[in-house]
Amino acid sequence: MPPAIMAEGLVKKYGDVIALDGMNLSVPEGTVFGLLGPNGAGKTTTVRILTTLLKPDAGHATVAGFDVVADAHRLRSHIGASGQYAAVDDHLTGAENLEMVGRLYHLGTKPSKQRARELLERFDLTEAADRPVQGYSGGMRRRLDLAAALVANPPVLFLDEPTTGLDPRARAGLWDTISELVATGTTVLLTTQYMEEADRLADRIAVVDHGHVIALGTADELKDQIGGDRIELTVTNPADLETVRRTLAPLAVGDMRTDALHVTIPVTSGAASLTSALGTLAAERVTVRDASLRRPTLDEVFLTLTGHQTTDSPKEHDR
Amino acid sequence: MNTLQMAIADSVTITKRNALKIKRAPDLLGGAVILPIVFVLLFAYIFGSMIEVPGVSYREYMVPGVFVVAIVSSAQITGYTLTLDLRKGIFDRFRTLPMAPSAVLTGQTLSDLLMNLTSIVVMAVVGLIVGWRIHTTPHEAVMGFLLLLLFAYAFSWVTATVALALRTPEVFNNIATLVSMPLMFLSNVFVDSARLPGPLKAVAEWNPVSTIVQAARDLFGNAIPATAVSGAWPLQHAVLVSLLWSVLILIVFVPLATRLYQKTVSR
Repeated sequence: MPPAIMAEGLVKKYGDVIALDGMNLSVPEGTVFGLLGPNGAGKTTTVRILTTLLKPDAGHATVAGFDVVADAHRLRSHIGASGQYAAVDDHLTGAENLEMVGRLYHLGTKPSKQRARELLERFDLTEAADRPVQGYSGGMRRRLDLAAALVANPPVLFLDEPTTGLDPRARAGLWDTISELVATGTTVLLTTQYMEEADRLADRIAVVDHGHVIALGTADELKDQIGGDRIELTVTNPADLETVRRTLAPLAVGDMRTDALHVTIPVTSGAASLTSALGTLAAERVTVRDASLRRPTLDEVFLTLTGHQTTDSPKEHDR
Repeated sequence: MNTLQMAIADSVTITKRNALKIKRAPDLLGGAVILPIVFVLLFAYIFGSMIEVPGVSYREYMVPGVFVVAIVSSAQITGYTLTLDLRKGIFDRFRTLPMAPSAVLTGQTLSDLLMNLTSIVVMAVVGLIVGWRIHTTPHEAVMGFLLLLLFAYAFSWVTATVALALRTPEVFNNIATLVSMPLMFLSNVFVDSARLPGPLKAVAEWNPVSTIVQAARDLFGNAIPATAVSGAWPLQHAVLVSLLWSVLILIVFVPLATRLYQKTVSR
């Protein structure tokens, strides 16, 4: 079966700024693919090309079997897009917004109305259905925007930073909604700056930096790429931090990070390293308040792969 | 559905959407209904008490001018909302839908036309109350209203083009004010252009706004009699020249706005 989304060597320039520099993607049908990267990495540009908003300067891409440039118009019936700006109409009610989208997908007036009601109910917006969107909360707007992307039941869905700017509760709610969607077999391409989000939603993740993919794999594979586990220690006395650093240095396979009373140590031999570390510290009479062993976070993966943190925004806004 | 049917159906959908917006947004509704009433009353009672024009009552002279002022000002409001749509990404949504690309602008300009129709009806009624009268045949009067609406429709495309070119609401507002003020005041809207000093007179007489105002005055029977014989060429043939202006504007700005729409959203 051909991939639902396929991109080869996409290049896009804005004057001197290279937004995409040979982007390659392949997303099998029915899976969730996460594009992970900081602002300006090229995530939004990729989505814009794949949703026919933008023509690439070089390279080509197909979505649901349609070429994004040559077959743009036909492709549009097979995709849904939901962006970080929640493109819904303030003056229209939730129901009117969805009915309008349904009519523009040419579903017909009656089916559009029916579909709008279904989606409003599914996204828990029935009560607000006949109120202008102006009065909606941020989370409600995003849910409506997502509902708008689903009006035509598209086989391929693009979610561009779906939870950026949402509070933690609204974010968790939206994650649940997206997870449910994915269970129904929709192919999803998701862009995000949040490691947690990619980890939670995506089957496979491409780490993007400077307009191309720098690492690709499942969340676990990416974590394995940078090797090993992390020991997390919390001490009671700040004076002990120096002792910890000195005595545990032989165990560490990379840079130790210290943050207040907290130390993170990359190690290779997991549980054995933890036992040995705790033994060493007991001998040094260091009081350890908390100790744990964990897999590296995707933030750490990104930091290791790119040398800069994900929260960096070298360019003013995402392209 | 074939391409044409689709374009028509989608235009109707977008027109409905914009009409709902106008109904719900106080600033848009104010632009369509309240502002024109204020214009008529303000100019009738303030300018009307000070300005005299030869051979016709000032209130009758002024009302067709105010129709055109209202058209130009409401265009500013719709251009502003277009730039807001651009900023909010709603056009991005439209462009990912399998709709006719032309429908967004056709729908926008058609809803502008509805808004202009509303405001002209409101102004005509208020005008009749304060003493404006039509002295021509019903046939000519209808022609007068149709000509105003044609000009309004053509002018919407100019607004759309400028809005799409400038993109940001703030810049659009500044430029629109900067352009529309002289367009309205260096004309025969409020005063008899024949009595302006030399260079201003030439500008005012060749200003397309003057032509359309003159055409409306001719068709409603509110014109200064002398203009028909001693005015500049466009004023003497105002109805024909207004038609030409409107058609020319449409020929130039429809393709221009359409191209800009396709390019502008592609960022």
